[in-house]
Amino acid sequence: MSEIKKFCYLNRTAPYGTVYAWESLEVVLIGAAFDQDCSLVFVDDGVYQLLKGQDTTDLGIKNFSPTYSALGDYDIKKIYVEKESLEARGLTVDDLQHLVWEDEDDDWAERDSIILVTKNELAKVIDEQDVVLSF
Amino acid sequence: MKFSIQVNEGPYTHQASVSALNFIKAALAAGHEVFRVFFYHDGVNNGTSYTTPPQDDINIANTWSALAKEHDIDLVVCVAAAQRRGIVDEGEAERNKKSGTNIADGFRISGLGQLIEAGIESDRLVVFGD
Repeated sequence: MSEIKKFCYLNRTAPYGTVYAWESLEVVLIGAAFDQDCSLVFVDDGVYQLLKGQDTTDLGIKNFSPTYSALGDYDIKKIYVEKESLEARGLTVDDLQHLVWEDEDDDWAERDSIILVTKNELAKVIDEQDVVLSF
Repeated sequence: MKFSIQVNEGPYTHQASVSALNFIKAALAAGHEVFRVFFYHDGVNNGTSYTTPPQDDINIANTWSALAKEHDIDLVVCVAAAQRRGIVDEGEAERNKKSGTNIADGFRISGLGQLIEAGIESDRLVVFGD
């Protein structure tokens, strides 16, 4: 299995209410061990997954949102968020967690992982993938 | 072409698993190969032998088992998703001290790595779900 493929995890659902978001994140974390080219995409209600300050106390459901901040340690550097999805929900990128990865070629400088893209730009990103896992 | 299939929904409530079955039958009939079917989320419920629908209804679990036997298809149930939803084989029953097993014929329980491997090894990974 030496071939490197472009894997894309397409997240479309809100973090709670259904299990898709959490079980998608579990695939991402396992998949990272396979050293593939990995991108995460957040569209539609999926953008809510990255909101900062999540509190699930009253839901009785585990708050898994801190896990997103560990993605950089798993070498996940490309997290695409669709601009139109944010705008339709009255959100901006400032409402999202500040996700970073460390650049080992530049003295471990922190780089932003989140890439804000338009619907058209996102279509191009998805078109370039070999494998799209939709959640 | 070599396909792998991901099934994200359980039987009966959603169309996804029957659509996946239909897709696989059509792909095989057209001369394609199916490397693996990976069951995730509630999709793991396709793999329980305890399924007993009315006689005039399709038995989806049995349909999967028959398809796997006839075409030697690898049916893999995600272990983490299965543990949450009570799909148990002999190994899991022993590890988690369960009184019995319910994994259907032709299915096996394994890890998410099997899904990633399917994506790497296949020409196309097709996801069935909502």
